[in-house]
Formats: sequence, structure tokens, C-alpha cells
Amino acid sequence: MSSDGATPSQTVGPFFRLGLDRPEWSDLTRDGPRGDKIAIEGRVLDGDGAPVDDAVREIWQADADGRYDHPEDGRPADPGFHGFGRAMSDEGGRYRFVTVRPGRVPGRGGALQAPHVNLTVFARGLLKQLVTRIYFADEPSNDRDPVLSGIADPAARRTLLALRQDAAAAYRFDVVLQGKGETAFFDF
Amino acid sequence: MSREAYAHPPPGAQPPYLHREYGSTLKRAPSRALLPLEQTLSEITGPRFRAESELVDLTRPAKGEALGQRIIVAGKLIEEGGRPVRSTLVELWQCNAAGRYLHGKDQHDAPLDPNFTGVGRAITNDQGEYRFLTILPGAYPWRNTYNAWRPAHIHFSVFGPAFATRLVTQMYFPGDPLLALDPIYNSVPDEAARRRLVSAYDPALSQAEYALGYRFDVVLRGRESTPFEGRR
Repeated sequence: MSSDGATPSQTVGPFFRLGLDRPEWSDLTRDGPRGDKIAIEGRVLDGDGAPVDDAVREIWQADADGRYDHPEDGRPADPGFHGFGRAMSDEGGRYRFVTVRPGRVPGRGGALQAPHVNLTVFARGLLKQLVTRIYFADEPSNDRDPVLSGIADPAARRTLLALRQDAAAAYRFDVVLQGKGETAFFDF
Repeated sequence: MSREAYAHPPPGAQPPYLHREYGSTLKRAPSRALLPLEQTLSEITGPRFRAESELVDLTRPAKGEALGQRIIVAGKLIEEGGRPVRSTLVELWQCNAAGRYLHGKDQHDAPLDPNFTGVGRAITNDQGEYRFLTILPGAYPWRNTYNAWRPAHIHFSVFGPAFATRLVTQMYFPGDPLLALDPIYNSVPDEAARRRLVSAYDPALSQAEYALGYRFDVVLRGRESTPFEGRR
């Protein structure tokens, strides 16, 4: 084998639950972080609008002050928050994370980005992961976010906005893999 | 702090989303082009796993012994350019020697092994190395096309230093005649890249009178040479 280039991705297949299911990882507040506790929940749907029951989602986010628990950030992060979560689809394609609302994170040139959660989706039928960002529809700084404002199509932009559900601090974010309402996915 | 973005793969080095020969991609591949995103702190940071417990011997559960050919699977996690990736999480899962997963949805008519779960977990050492003792997984049929069989493989999930380096892949075995027929393996257009999915038999890794050794190095995407942000 050669090590001249990166190892290619391959699908997680249908049986990933065996190796990847870590139920405790869907709750990012288990170490008692600072900030506003929220839930992010929704479904993953395929090109027929059918729920995808064999998907795994991972999130990576900053703490309530907008700091990542990582040496590249350099600023001290909340010791009670580590920013990573994983959740499996249930039979209805649903998932749920409990976390804190992230703060604003520096973007290019030091301008602040709007609060967002980075989302990765793996599934049978995905030969490599899909990546998107979850923004919060009720966040005033969205208008000045360089990534959101760089998306020309308003319908595609809307697919990145999680909607607050009534009283409980739960946000709804569906991922549509293909077709009508298809989520805007990123390449970076 | 100087910040370099992670490099993009060259054409053909990664599979596409839509690959007609793999039927499950047809309703799951996005129909629109991905949007280019300039990397920020969000992409060049990523999770760390400080307190993970390891599970590196899959052949000996609490009591009993897994059936099958014992193998040692070991290798290095490196970034393109060769820098070792230390202290990162490697997760693996596989079917048993008969080609059956310990998973409710696996209906293949092959026996389960009560002494084999097929789940492993390791943290790379300071040289980026990992090592598992497991058994050779069997080939198994799948319904992608009539009489289709997946080549023997082990699923790998690795993180690396950043959200941008996250990788889930499959390790295959050298000389497997099913590789030429497998649409998942062959979804990677570039042949040299595809070959990086195949482990190498390594006599030096084999343990005399005990287990065969297969080496599988995982190469994660490396950094570009120019920083996108200077010192702060």
C-alpha cells in the first residue's frame, strides 16, 4: 500500500451501530457546561422523502462563549463542555442532541461568525460523509454571517436554519439528502 | 497562531456521492453540487478523546474464544506528508468468521459466534500507531445485485486532529478475488487511491504459532502549505 495520498472514504454500511453506537454521546451537557441548554432534533430523509433509519449524525461545536475545546483555538474553553456529539437514527429517521447554544466563533480575518453547530451525516448509501452547518433561525447575527450570506439561493440558505419549537428549548433541524428541500451541504 | 487549511483531495482520490453500481446511493446522493466553504476555526478544530477505554483484543471476551483465523491488524495513522496522528480515537467493527454481524438487521443465514462481538476501540500512541487482535472476517452476500458478495473487510472510523480530517473507511485484504467485483471498493476512481484501502500481509507483524499480521496505515488529509491566517 502507498502512503502518498489520503485514504479514501467508504460507506459506514448498514451495521455501523455495532461499532459506533454510544448513547451517552448524544448529551453534550453531561459534564455540566455553562450556557443555555438546548435540544436539537429532527429527521434525515432520502430522495423519496422516506426517513433514513440507518444514519449516524455527529456534531462539533463551540461552547457558550464561542470557544472550541482544541489547541488551534488557543483560548481556554469551558472545562465542562467538549463540543462533540453523536446520535443514531431511530426507526423513524429521528435523532436528538442535548447541548448548549454555542457562542459566536471567529471567522476569516477575525470577523465573528453567527452561532452554528457543525454537522456530519454518515449512512448506508453515502460513500463519504455529508457536512453542513446548523444555524439558529432566531439569531440576529445570522444576517452578518459570512457563510450564510454567501449562499445566493434563499431556499438553500433556509435549509441551514434550525427552527425553535414552541416553549421547550428545542430546535428542529431536518436533513434532506436529496430532492425537494435538499439541505445545502458543504465542501471544504 | 499560524493557521493552514486542510488540503482538498486530488480528482478521483475519493468516491463520488452518486455511484449507480451501488444502488443505495441512488436516493441518498445529493442532487446539487456541494457549496464551497472557506475553512475557519470550526473546520480546523475537532474532538479529542482523553478518557476513552480501549478494546483491542476482540478474540477473548470474558470467557471463551472467538472462532476463526486469528489476525493482528496494526498500522499508523499519519497525515499526508507523514506526520503521525497521536492520541486519536480509532473505532472498528466487523462481521465474524462466518460473515455475520452481531446486529439485529443482519439476516444472513450464517452462524453467530457467541464469543465474538466484532467491536474494537483504540487510541493511537505517540507514534500514531494502533494494534488490534481479531479474527479474519468472512465474506457475505448482499442484495445490491443478484449473487453479490462483499469482500472481507473491517470498518474503520478515525478522527484525526480536526473536524476536516474525520474519516470512515473500510480495510480490505490482499488478493481477495471479490475486490474486482465490489462496487463499494470500486467507487474510488483512482486506482492508486483505491489500493490504499487494501491492507498488506506483513510477516514481521505475524506472531509465530499464533496469528497472521496485516498492516493497514491510514492517511488523513494534510494541510495546505500556505496559512489562511497569520499570527494573532
